[in-house]
Amino acid sequence: MTERKENLSQAPEIGAEQIALLEKLSNAVSVSGDESEVRRIVLDEITPYADEVKVDAMGSVLVRVHARQQPALKVMLDAHMDEVGFMLVEDGDEGLFRFELIGGIDVRQLPGKPVLVGKDHVPGVIGAKPIHHTTRDERKSNIPLDSLKIDLGPSGSSKAKVGDRGTFATTFQQIGPSLRGKALDDRLGVATLIELVKHAPANIELCVAFSVQEEVGLRGAKIAAYAFDPDLAIAIDSTPANDLPVWDDSENAVYNTRLGFGPAIYLADAGTLADPRLLRHLTSTGDALNIPYQFRQPGGGGTNAGAIHKQRAGIPSVSISVPGRYAHTAALIARLSDWQATLALAYQALVRLPADILSQPRE
Amino acid sequence: MIELTPFLKTLLSQAGLSAFETPVREVIADAWRPLVDELTVSRVGSLHGLRKGSAASDKRPRILLSAHMDAIGLMVTGSSAGLLRFTEVGGVDPRILPGQIVTVHGRKDLPGVVVQPSNRLLPESTHGKPVAMEYLFIDTGLPAEEVAQQVRVGDLASFAQLPLELTGETLAGHSLDNRASVAAVTLCLQELQHVRHAWDVWAVASSQEEESFAGAYTSPFEIRPDLAVAIDVTFAKGPGVNDYRGYPLGKGPTLGWGPNIHPALYKAFDELAEKLDIPHAMEAMPRHSGTDAYAIQVVAEGIPTMVLSIPLRYMHTPVELVALKDISRTGHLLAEFIAQLEPDFIQKIHWDD
Repeated sequence: MTERKENLSQAPEIGAEQIALLEKLSNAVSVSGDESEVRRIVLDEITPYADEVKVDAMGSVLVRVHARQQPALKVMLDAHMDEVGFMLVEDGDEGLFRFELIGGIDVRQLPGKPVLVGKDHVPGVIGAKPIHHTTRDERKSNIPLDSLKIDLGPSGSSKAKVGDRGTFATTFQQIGPSLRGKALDDRLGVATLIELVKHAPANIELCVAFSVQEEVGLRGAKIAAYAFDPDLAIAIDSTPANDLPVWDDSENAVYNTRLGFGPAIYLADAGTLADPRLLRHLTSTGDALNIPYQFRQPGGGGTNAGAIHKQRAGIPSVSISVPGRYAHTAALIARLSDWQATLALAYQALVRLPADILSQPRE
Repeated sequence: MIELTPFLKTLLSQAGLSAFETPVREVIADAWRPLVDELTVSRVGSLHGLRKGSAASDKRPRILLSAHMDAIGLMVTGSSAGLLRFTEVGGVDPRILPGQIVTVHGRKDLPGVVVQPSNRLLPESTHGKPVAMEYLFIDTGLPAEEVAQQVRVGDLASFAQLPLELTGETLAGHSLDNRASVAAVTLCLQELQHVRHAWDVWAVASSQEEESFAGAYTSPFEIRPDLAVAIDVTFAKGPGVNDYRGYPLGKGPTLGWGPNIHPALYKAFDELAEKLDIPHAMEAMPRHSGTDAYAIQVVAEGIPTMVLSIPLRYMHTPVELVALKDISRTGHLLAEFIAQLEPDFIQKIHWDD
């Protein structure tokens, strides 16, 4: 039995310790359906600070930290533990495996990549036909998934088997003001929620879901929201920053979000219209405390809020994301300052959450 | 004593794109220094190591072993808002580039990643299709001002994935084409420490093979060998390579056969490999061998040339895969060949017409 530690009363901050934890989370392999490696890290981190910890029927970690004052709203926070990746589906000869994709990976991101497979992180590679054997016409077409193999070396069958999951083998790195690694979508959210559990505000009944299977249909959050039955919910995720130059140097009006402009607050995406009261509370918190934020351009995509807000009789929800370039590839790039401001905005919004917020007019 | 795996990993961790081979050349020079009598660098950057033979100095023939040390990679052509545009050095299929970790050799080395902008930022013709190199960027994660200070047009970028040891004594990584062969030549030099050989051995880590064969044309001119062997990699059977052009991984080197190769040298290597029980295959090279041999053969009045190749999967990607055993077999075959060379070997070569 772990000793229950006092929740920390000061505001959480992101320093070397938190970045080291993010590194560990980023390098862990936890593809949708097998989130065990991240789950272990989460349980180790949060258990001493939690009143209740439960691993639910799908493998999500559900954590409660009770309010230390009343009245208190029951607030659900969500971040998904899973990442996109692959599953080995056929053991060919000589350690060459066919694989299927899990989650939204562009097949153009696969050729020529090192990968890690299974719980033991067995290294492998996805090769490609040598350029010397390709024709100009052939190079105009994508390399199809069924011609790619995960190559574990000639004795690969002794180290991995059909059904094992894998993902890109990129190692986390801090580069100047940036963070680069695989699976920062949504390990940034996971690391944020770990801090919020450790620093749980006294004024709310905190219900935190480290959820599974977001990348394959927001499935873990759906049942977690049912189980918690919260008054309101905030999903913390990572959203694309498409803030690169346009090919013809015209103005980029479709950037979605931009690195370095603070956390992205969602207004509307493919799955959710943000609750106006929660939106207002987030922006007024940011304005009052000079915490930078930006609005994610309304449009497609989405977060677990899409599943949460329609659960039971309805759960007012909003999403906040750390902007990141190149999600669902071998390497996502985010800004440390955006992550820091995301944690600050979420924490300050929670400690300032009016107990009567849901009685306020929606508009 | 040089151990193959750590030495090869050290070679792969060094930059050395065509014409900019200095970082890797210095590592090779350190390894060769105790194994040779003289070590020099050619006018175009190739490394020459001479190991003297035992025949009388006035009629001591020379064998040249040529393994190119240069690597393929990228070169910066411009920038936009801190993101770098680039072109290729050597042949790179742009379809393997999105998501590749690289090191940009600016005023200092900067980590970078090759990125493919989202559809909305690209012309419609690229949507869902391979994105041409001209539309890809390298993102260093640094602000535009810092990128402008650190990086100039013409700076190089090397692939930066660390080598991975896979099962069955294989190694995956970038630049195994052709550092695997440099390692084989190094093992050969090491083996020759304990072997008496009549001939002078000139080990050459040649430069610029991937672009112009500048090293392979110039070192033989300076050295004037009596015969030469180019050591390179060839295509191993595996995904994407299933026809006659692929050779089994881990089943020994190939012996080249074709217009770049002197048939008597092919025969000598084939007979020796048979005698020593070193697994090998004949590789048909009907035209350009794609190796240093193409250049060496026509230097000065012409040089009898041979090609040995190490089978390798996924050539010119950052995850080239090679069997370590094939490298050591190649080094051993070279050493045995050199050891049995009689001083008058060349005089005995004749055409079987």
